[in-house]
Amino acid sequence: MTQFISRRLFHLIFILIGVSILVFLMLRLIPGDPAHLLLGEFASPQDVARIREQLGLDGSYPFQYWIYLKNLFGGDMGISIRSNLPVSQEIFDRFLATVELSVVAMFISSFIGIMAGVISSVRKYSIFDYGSMVMALAGISMPIFWLGLMLMYLFAVKLGVLPMMGRFTMGMDYHPITGLVTLDSLFKGDMVLFLNSLKHLILPAFTLATIPMAIIARMTRSSMLEVMSKDYIRTARAKGLSYHRVIFQHALKNAFLPILTVIGLNFGLLLGGAVLTETIFSWPGLGRYVVDSLLARDYPAVQGCILFFAVIMVIVNLIVDILYFYLDPRLRIDGKG
Amino acid sequence: MEKVDAFIEIRRNKTAMIGLVLIGLLLLLAIIGPWISPHHPLTPDPINRLKGPSWAHPFGTDSLGRDILSRVIYGSRISIIIGLIAVSISLVPGAILGLLSGFYGRRVDEPIMRLMDIMLAFPAILLAIFITAILGPSLLNTMIAVGIVYIPHYARIVRSSVLSLKEQLFVQAVRSLGGGNLRIIALHIFPNTIPPIIVYATLGMGTAVLQAAALGFLGLGAQPPTPEWGAMLSEGRQYIQNAPHVAAFPGVAIFTLVLGFNLFGDGLRDVLDPSLR
Repeated sequence: MTQFISRRLFHLIFILIGVSILVFLMLRLIPGDPAHLLLGEFASPQDVARIREQLGLDGSYPFQYWIYLKNLFGGDMGISIRSNLPVSQEIFDRFLATVELSVVAMFISSFIGIMAGVISSVRKYSIFDYGSMVMALAGISMPIFWLGLMLMYLFAVKLGVLPMMGRFTMGMDYHPITGLVTLDSLFKGDMVLFLNSLKHLILPAFTLATIPMAIIARMTRSSMLEVMSKDYIRTARAKGLSYHRVIFQHALKNAFLPILTVIGLNFGLLLGGAVLTETIFSWPGLGRYVVDSLLARDYPAVQGCILFFAVIMVIVNLIVDILYFYLDPRLRIDGKG
Repeated sequence: MEKVDAFIEIRRNKTAMIGLVLIGLLLLLAIIGPWISPHHPLTPDPINRLKGPSWAHPFGTDSLGRDILSRVIYGSRISIIIGLIAVSISLVPGAILGLLSGFYGRRVDEPIMRLMDIMLAFPAILLAIFITAILGPSLLNTMIAVGIVYIPHYARIVRSSVLSLKEQLFVQAVRSLGGGNLRIIALHIFPNTIPPIIVYATLGMGTAVLQAAALGFLGLGAQPPTPEWGAMLSEGRQYIQNAPHVAAFPGVAIFTLVLGFNLFGDGLRDVLDPSLR
């Protein structure tokens, strides 16, 4: 176990170094001088020198990278060109909005995806099976930025039952504790704000959940079908166990490993999807921030966000690996992974 | 003989055929577009702006009064070309890296695969955004960005088939007859990696079209007035309250093309490479 985790950690550190080098190189690979790009053609040499220093562009590359790393470990990701605030601060402020959205989307996609997959596999070739698999294929092919807009039109514009954008209605009284509006309002017992923020979450979370939901449903179905053909399922049935018990305790438990991997891998899709979903629903998260920063050529902010996203992804993958190790006794006996 | 069998099987595969029909329809639109589109995709008509669907404009008009049907038809050319170029950009280096990495093992394999791991650490669209940040937003750079993002996927697929191929008897036979490494790779291993490559490239076309449209939607891809579907959707977003058709039709077009590639790819996979399921 320790050997497995230490190997994964070594791998993780290696990946993180690689990721940091790539992100570090970003500014240096942009054709032309980034300082000139930011300030325009007619900038004074003093201004250019100041921005170059602020961006950490002075000195040799290895030296610059060393400074970059040293700053990173101190939690310093540079200063945003637009707001003049530390990038780490800007990222932290927005990250929780993205977490709230992604976690809710992950629950929606896992729950509906697994349910649809299980029912499809149990009722193979039924109308439900065909229907949900057609839906799943459509879900994978769906441009979610289009789906989001159409849902917005239907539920917010036409029917008027759900809000169009934002995390809660503007002007409502909100004092962050954790930064997750739904949780904070629940802690404070502010049911009005809680319901309001929940309503704001429905459309973006559902939009974001679409593709992972479809992938999870397909994976669950094929994984369940494989397990259901095994002898121990027949034995369990022959012992006289109830159908539901066999499905949920025997089959789903064994089919769960590949499903878990897919859920873990989908986290990357969720983070990526957040970029689009947040743009559509004006959700004040990190995904929208990175796009806005790029359009405004706020390079330190873009670098910080991309590094941050990659780190989150690497950590989630590590967690999935470790969970996998725990859930599959065969890996534990081998002592490897 | 085998090839003929595969053809017959693909023709019997309903999923693949539905996909092929969808792709075929859009390909046809792309080819004969200039002759059948009712208006010019870039000609504005300020009097008729944001008009809903009608006989004169079956898909309605956009904020400058341009005919959306014509823009969607022209957009099919752009999206199909984006897909083809982006997939080539990921496929060629990906396949070469996968071949080298799988065939030569450790010394070559380690650095290549670790680099691929690093690229895979980024969520796909963020890596594409990252590359766009370096190259600048444009249609060409979109293709390059989307292409680079998916190199590791092809490298991994090709590598894993090379790993099993190189242990097989026919490779050892060629080697014992004095065949050099290059000959073995080019004439004996590479041809056998083609089926999974075809399957993955077909599915990859769908992904590439979708990603490129996403970049266009974010304003990081094709720039106005190019009738690129993602960029058109992005414009439609501003008018979603009063003129939802501006966003609706380009989205349907993206969906149809991507669905076509996914259906066809799924069907191909069943026939060509059941192990990938």
